[in-house]
Amino acid sequence: MKPYDAIIVGGGHNGLVCAAYLARAGKRVLVLERRDRIGGAAVTEEVFPGFRFSVFSYVVSLLRPEIIRELDLPRHGLHVLPLESTLTPLPNGDYLAQWNDHDQNRRELARHSLRDAEAYDDYGRRMHHMARAVKPLLAMAPPDPASLHPRDLLGLAGLGSHLRGLGRERFHELCRLMTMSSADYLDQWFECEPLKATKSASGIIGTLAGPRSPGTAFVLLHHYMGELDGVFRAWGFAKGGNGSVSAAIAAAARSFGAEIRTSAPVERVLIESDRAAGVVLEGGEEIRARRVASSADPRRTFVDLVGEKHLPAEFVAAIRRYRFRGSSAKVNLALGELPRFRCLPQPGAHLRGAISISPSVEYLERAYDQAKYGEFSQRPYLDMVIPSLLDPSMAPPGKHVMSIFVQYAPYRLNGGWTDARREAFGDTVIDTIAEYAPNLKSAILHRQVVTPADIERTLGLSEGNIFQGELSLQQMFFLRPAVPWARYGTPIRDLFQCGSGTHPGGGVMGASGRNAARAMLEQGV
Amino acid sequence: MLKTTPFHPRIAPLCASQAWRRWSGHVVASSYDLSHEREYHAIRAAAALFDISPLYKYRVRGRDAARMLDHVVTRDVVRAAVGQVLYTPWCDSAGKVLDDGTVARLDETTFRMTSADPNLRWLESCALGLDVSIEDISDATAALALQGPNARAILEQASDADLAALKYFRIAQARLGSVPVTISRTGYTGDLGYEIWLEAANALEAWDALIAAGSGYGITPAGMLALDLARIEAGLMLIDVDYVSARKALIDSQKSSPFELGLGWAVDLRKERFVGRAALADEARREAQWQFVGLEVDWGSLEALYRDVGLAPQLPGAAWRASTPVYSGSGQVGYATSGGWSPLLKKYIALAHLQGASARVGTELEMEVTVEHRRKRAAARVVPRPFFDPERKRA
Repeated sequence: MKPYDAIIVGGGHNGLVCAAYLARAGKRVLVLERRDRIGGAAVTEEVFPGFRFSVFSYVVSLLRPEIIRELDLPRHGLHVLPLESTLTPLPNGDYLAQWNDHDQNRRELARHSLRDAEAYDDYGRRMHHMARAVKPLLAMAPPDPASLHPRDLLGLAGLGSHLRGLGRERFHELCRLMTMSSADYLDQWFECEPLKATKSASGIIGTLAGPRSPGTAFVLLHHYMGELDGVFRAWGFAKGGNGSVSAAIAAAARSFGAEIRTSAPVERVLIESDRAAGVVLEGGEEIRARRVASSADPRRTFVDLVGEKHLPAEFVAAIRRYRFRGSSAKVNLALGELPRFRCLPQPGAHLRGAISISPSVEYLERAYDQAKYGEFSQRPYLDMVIPSLLDPSMAPPGKHVMSIFVQYAPYRLNGGWTDARREAFGDTVIDTIAEYAPNLKSAILHRQVVTPADIERTLGLSEGNIFQGELSLQQMFFLRPAVPWARYGTPIRDLFQCGSGTHPGGGVMGASGRNAARAMLEQGV
Repeated sequence: MLKTTPFHPRIAPLCASQAWRRWSGHVVASSYDLSHEREYHAIRAAAALFDISPLYKYRVRGRDAARMLDHVVTRDVVRAAVGQVLYTPWCDSAGKVLDDGTVARLDETTFRMTSADPNLRWLESCALGLDVSIEDISDATAALALQGPNARAILEQASDADLAALKYFRIAQARLGSVPVTISRTGYTGDLGYEIWLEAANALEAWDALIAAGSGYGITPAGMLALDLARIEAGLMLIDVDYVSARKALIDSQKSSPFELGLGWAVDLRKERFVGRAALADEARREAQWQFVGLEVDWGSLEALYRDVGLAPQLPGAAWRASTPVYSGSGQVGYATSGGWSPLLKKYIALAHLQGASARVGTELEMEVTVEHRRKRAAARVVPRPFFDPERKRA
């Protein structure tokens, strides 16, 4: 059989995006997915009869607008329903709500702090400028400032003139953003604790770091990107759950002629004369291709699928040092009735957005302290959504599903993750919410707890890290996953990386897959 | 939800049109009747009553209050007399306008400042180390504007103020019925008029007293559509419509200096220090890049454009606020930001930002108009602002 132009290992959203772009360029592409379904961490599963869950990733915020446009994802079924608010219930029975509507938001913030209500707009504009400043970085292979290769020099020259164009003030701001902790950064604007905490939480997601850890401010910005392209409004909940994001990308890829095989676990990359020549599936089937791209994380790709013997020792060492340290978990609930929060007991608009348990920066930092020493947080940070309020097809009529993102649940739990520890952890999460919504316990019909160990076992994400490696500065840009292989290439000829373990990193963003496809096409796949 | 003003219980039943709009997070009436026409004419022929409570209001008090405000705004606050009101812009350190509003000196050490946007944080950051307290009294203070030729007669009936002695841009303390109020001879219509400031709790009593006293003088509650036309006739600019606050501008070219907004008269460079002074002193030595001017659209030219398609001229009955290109020959020399048909002056007028030489009064230009779905240009001439400036305003 004629070899494929490219085989993509892994049918997560980045693998599918990469395949779609290659197929769109006329290449013969095969995607191989280990599980019986595509999507990777962007899947919708009917975990309990009638109740559908975005089991892992659960919102759409960072999916690149150019991918939506170029792959025409709305035509292939993507429909993003807006999440319009963030509710932070407080232990004293009050709450802080952030609304999309400017006037409504200002009025609510002014209830807590007139100064913060004013600062909110300034902060928003500053982040808008900062997001604009780094946005061009997202769509480029990151140039290595220490390299003398013409392509790096060219990239740097472009980047340099872009940064100079920012002006002194914004450049200095960017430097602060790159180095500060999210709590310190937010202290420059705000005095209201729940506001600072809720905002700083986006700086710690997926990372074993607290809001006071330096470097987390930049992750705030990473999450702000989703809000930049206002016209796309690509911030919200995908109708049908995040599996429908993967389904839309897969449909686009198929429309360009890509083949997608599920239940096709790749055992290893076939390496002949120091170049990738295809893959070998578990069971021995050999499939040949001119190029192979792996959307698995760097450890899976290089240690498991390639094998250390084919790689330079220092590169293997760098990959081994690359930090995963999964720290996030999910709890998915099937509910017989809506939770009634003490602060706002009636059903209403506040339940149709995100609900965040983040009453103060100290609360988050204490949650981190426990994780730092190998325990899950006794009172964790929670980010909840009730998708059935936005898309009734997620649950039987009158019933609801609730998705709870939890941090911190360290992968390296003292004593390890066992079934008993998983359930104890689930209880902790439910107890935490019940302090704010006392009817929750009696409303629960079913409960699914997903720990970092479960994420690793089910999806193959090393140490259960949802971003295929922490978004910390020492492994961002030209350092992701390791120099000098941070431009989607690898030490093995014709083997590429296209997962979130490459620049610009995680979130259901798709930028890695798109950038990798471009790098492959430039090299004449 | 949006806030309502302290006068809402009186306004809501009168608002037959159910035409509401937002103003700084409050619901306010666009017009009470189905059309704003009667309300507009009341401004010029009788007296119109506007609820202006959504303005931001600050009480600035303390030994250094005058010094602090003097440092913030471009006009001289230190030398302002007790009882005087200053209309003034204020700038960032690059001399670009952040906001415009009024500063009223209530006594030696107490001021009331009004603004279109929230400014608490800005004022506090300018007050560091000074003996001054800044209080946001926006919600606690209700405000009404009574504007039009009969405004004085009505207020004389309704209050104990000595209005004959109250000069333009001065304040008086008085009682309206039994309600203690501050009356300032100020307004946003360019007409004889007053603004009345009071405790929010007394709002309804004050409203009722004015309506009772004014019924024989044609007092007419009026909404934002009528006010918008009147303020254009008066040549008064509106933030977010005619200019972008330097605080909100996303790019530098969206910002304006006071000189570019026709507020050079309000920049007091005799003051040694105030925010933006260095940049403004620099700019004062050059000619401003932009001028904010009045435009009058030529009737004959407009009529001809409509005649060409077989129509009589169609005039904007309500003010428009979409940026509209202004040309000189083939090149664009600026843009109009507000405009409309003045029923009083029987002229099509607009407020425009023009570059350099094209801004001189009398210059013949062209403004874009859309006639039957097609973009055309009508002749327009630069005229002095304000378009309407009756003697009674100051008399």
